[in-house]
Order: sequence, then structure tokens, then C-alpha cells
Amino acid sequence: MNGHLLSIHDVSADDVVRILDTAESFREVGTRVIKKVPALRGRTVVNLFYENSTRTRISFELAAKRLSADVINFTTSGTSVSKGESLKDTALTLQAMGADAIVIRHSSSGAPLTLTRWVKGSVLNAGDGTHEHPTQALLDLYTMRDRLGRVEGLRVGIVGDVMHSRVARSLSFALVKMGAEATLVGPPTLIPPDAPAWGVHVSHDIDAVLPKLDVCYMLRVQKERQRQQFFPSVREYARLFGLSRVRAGLLPDGALVMHPGPMNRGIEIDSDVADLPRAVIEEQVTNGIAIRMSLLYLLLGGSGPEPVTVGLPEEVASSA
Amino acid sequence: MAASRLMDEAEVRRAVTRIAHEIIERNKGARTVVLVGIAARGDDLAKRLSAEIGRIEGRTVPVGALDITFYRDDIGIRAEAPEVHETRIDFDVSGKTVVLVDDVLFTGRTIRSALDALVDFGRPTAIQLAVLVDRGHRELPIRADFVGKNVPTRKDEDVRVTLREVDGEDGVLVQDPVASGPLMRGRMTKRP
Repeated sequence: MNGHLLSIHDVSADDVVRILDTAESFREVGTRVIKKVPALRGRTVVNLFYENSTRTRISFELAAKRLSADVINFTTSGTSVSKGESLKDTALTLQAMGADAIVIRHSSSGAPLTLTRWVKGSVLNAGDGTHEHPTQALLDLYTMRDRLGRVEGLRVGIVGDVMHSRVARSLSFALVKMGAEATLVGPPTLIPPDAPAWGVHVSHDIDAVLPKLDVCYMLRVQKERQRQQFFPSVREYARLFGLSRVRAGLLPDGALVMHPGPMNRGIEIDSDVADLPRAVIEEQVTNGIAIRMSLLYLLLGGSGPEPVTVGLPEEVASSA
Repeated sequence: MAASRLMDEAEVRRAVTRIAHEIIERNKGARTVVLVGIAARGDDLAKRLSAEIGRIEGRTVPVGALDITFYRDDIGIRAEAPEVHETRIDFDVSGKTVVLVDDVLFTGRTIRSALDALVDFGRPTAIQLAVLVDRGHRELPIRADFVGKNVPTRKDEDVRVTLREVDGEDGVLVQDPVASGPLMRGRMTKRP
């Protein structure tokens, strides 16, 4: 699996199984007295974050450190980027310093793909604009498989601001790829018009969907990305689509509540629902480290002098 | 494609029984002994040794499985990240005599990795090594404490242990390199 991880479309169903299985071993490493293995000794991983992030950056940092790789955190404030350096020059600089992998988060969709044209190392997409966030989707699949024993055939509702959510896109693609049944739930203004083409169902009535779910996946209302009014008021949104305690009672026994974080308690999810035993939100965070260790290991664990990107659309690949 | 049989099922069984006796004799019983098998196949051998020691001594010996993939020394030269197996050591190794168990002892690099891995779990009083087959050609100063059978081989031959648990039958085969694929694969992974 040498190369990049830009999108869930880059990996096959077999790759996904391999990534999750390998993560199983790395989660065991996380339970040891010494939570560190020398698997990536001498490799250098750069976290290049153009957007604020706490959990994803720390998760990648911890993952790389537990693999004994050297980690450089490059955030845009207080660095050459705030002096006007372009993405290209930043990338070339990092490459000249010997980065074996660049983990990038950027507000522009497609920035990670652009980066692959300039650098030799592996590029891992840690969220680009409203496009994808593949590592989040993989850790979500891992959490579902861990808790429910399988992914295939699971009925997963993805509720909320799908329009602005790269998590929802990556997760939908991943669920469809693995044979699960995904339903997007939200007000019509927040469901992308092309969603049915992803192979998912669409509903605007959360109460009708909840009783039929194995997993209820709540999305954060991304006010910072909404450039216009998508719903009349936050209170009305919370009343119509928020996961209240009463609504959570509609879920079948054993169904999970998930959230990619950070949560807006009281908006998309009630505070006491987030603390229910069936809410596995903290497990998602713990599993995230194992998944990112797995990905870094599979991408950097071979010699891989010539990374190849799999699954790129042909015209993009040829123009690269 | 020549393959010749070095040990059959009965020979494997006798070797396991003898090694079990030797472990007990060397350690004056099995009170402080724990077994850790190296995946894949060493873990199954460790389970058999544990059962055998239990039968002889009338006490159960803890047995764990260790995957050494993350501790290998070939990161810069291998083409792909090797497949990972399960590690499961759900007992404390500190203060114990750990007997590492593997199917084939060859270059010694797997054992070096296993020693590194093991000390991340605690500080054993001693570490001993039991192998079903010692085929020579060591590249590191490592030797086994308990050996099922010493087998002189050419370096490019492939020695393969099959076990009931994974392969359906017990035995040890030696094969020409042609039949076993690239040398690197046979060396570290020992998988068919």
C-alpha cells in the first residue's frame, strides 16, 4: 500500500479490511506498559495544518510518535505561511528537509491532491475543505466493526449538516464500499443534491429513521463553513434534527451513537445523550490513534521509493 | 521443485514432549516459567508445550503470542509493509522466566526482534529460546536453549514447518529455493 491516502476512493474494500486488521494490532500496542514500537524508526512525518484542529493533529502526532517516527508539527500561524509563503513553497521546503509523509489539512478541497504533484513522500489527507476526511471514516468503520462485529449490512444514519461535512462524504463512500446501508438525514438545504448518486438513501424525517438504525452518526453543524442561512434558527434545527434524550429512546437496543467531534452539546446532540453508554464518542478518539498508526505503517513501512496513487480519476492522474 | 521431509508427525510430537521435559528440568519445575510463541506457528507450538508441561507437572503454564513485525530491522530494504499478526500477552512477564518459542531458527533476526519486543512488556528474570528446527546460518550471536532437531541446510533452501492448527498436518519440509519464491520472503516471514 505505498502511496497516498487522499480519498476513500483510493482504497479497495480489501485495503479497508487490511487497514482495520492492522489497526487491531496497534490498539493492542496502546494497552502495553510501553506504548511505543520501533516500526517507523528514522522516518519523518510532517503535520501540515492550514486549519485549526485539535484531535486530528494530536491523534496523528501521537500515532507517529508511537511508531517511533520523528514528527514535525507545522501550523500556519507564526510560520512562513503567515509571511505569505505559498503551499507549493512550503511543500518543497518540507520535502527538502526529508519528510517521508505529509499529513495535510486545508480549507481548500483538493489541496492534498495538488500537494502530491510537488512532493515525493506520501500525502495523507486529514481533511480538505468540504471534500473528504478519509482517516475519520476509517476510524468510524473500525469502531462500528469493533462494537457490532461487522460493517457489512449495518444500517447507519448520518444526521445533520451533510452539505458541509467532509466526514459525511468519506463515511458514506466507505460504508457503501463495505456493503453497509447509509441514510443521510437532515433538512433539504443541508443534503447535497447529488447525494443519491453516492449510493445512499436520503430522508428528512429523523424520527422515522431512528428505529431502523444500528448506528446513529451525528454531524456537527458547521457554522464556520455556512456562507448563507440554511435553517431558520439553531433552536429550530435542534428541535427538528437534534438527538434529544427522547429521540435517542427511539433507537433499537444495542444501537450506537457516534459523533466525529468536536460536539456542540445542546445543538445536534443533547448533553446527556452524549454521555450515554451507547455513545462511543471517546472510543472513536482512542481508535483514531490505532487507525492512523495502521495507515502510517502501511504507507511508510515499505521502502516505497516510487509512491503511486491508486484510484485517481484518469484525467487527473495523466495531468499530474 | 524437490521437497524432502525432515520430520513427520510422530517426530514433531516426540520433539515437543522432549523439549517440555527439558524446560522443566532446566528450570527445576515450571513454577516461574511462562511461554511466549512467535507468530505465526511459534504461538501454536507454545500452546502445545504448555499443554505438555501441564500434563507432566500438573500445573498450567501461561502462554502468550508475540508478533515481531513492528520490531524488524529491514524497514529500509523491504518493498512493502509486512503483514501484522496478533500479539496477546495477558500476564506479567516481570520476574518470570520467559521461554520464547519459534518454529525455525535461522538468521536469528526474528529472535533479536522478539527480545526487543518482549522487554517492552516488562523485565523478565531470564529469557530462554525453544525452537523446533535449528537450520544454522546465524547472522547474529544468538543460540537456542532447546532444539527439536538440528538440520544442516543450504542458505538458499526453504525450511517449512507445517502444524495441524494452521496447515492441517504436522511436519517439517525442506524445499529448493525455486519452489519457495524470493529469498527475503522465506527469510523473515517463514510463511508459505
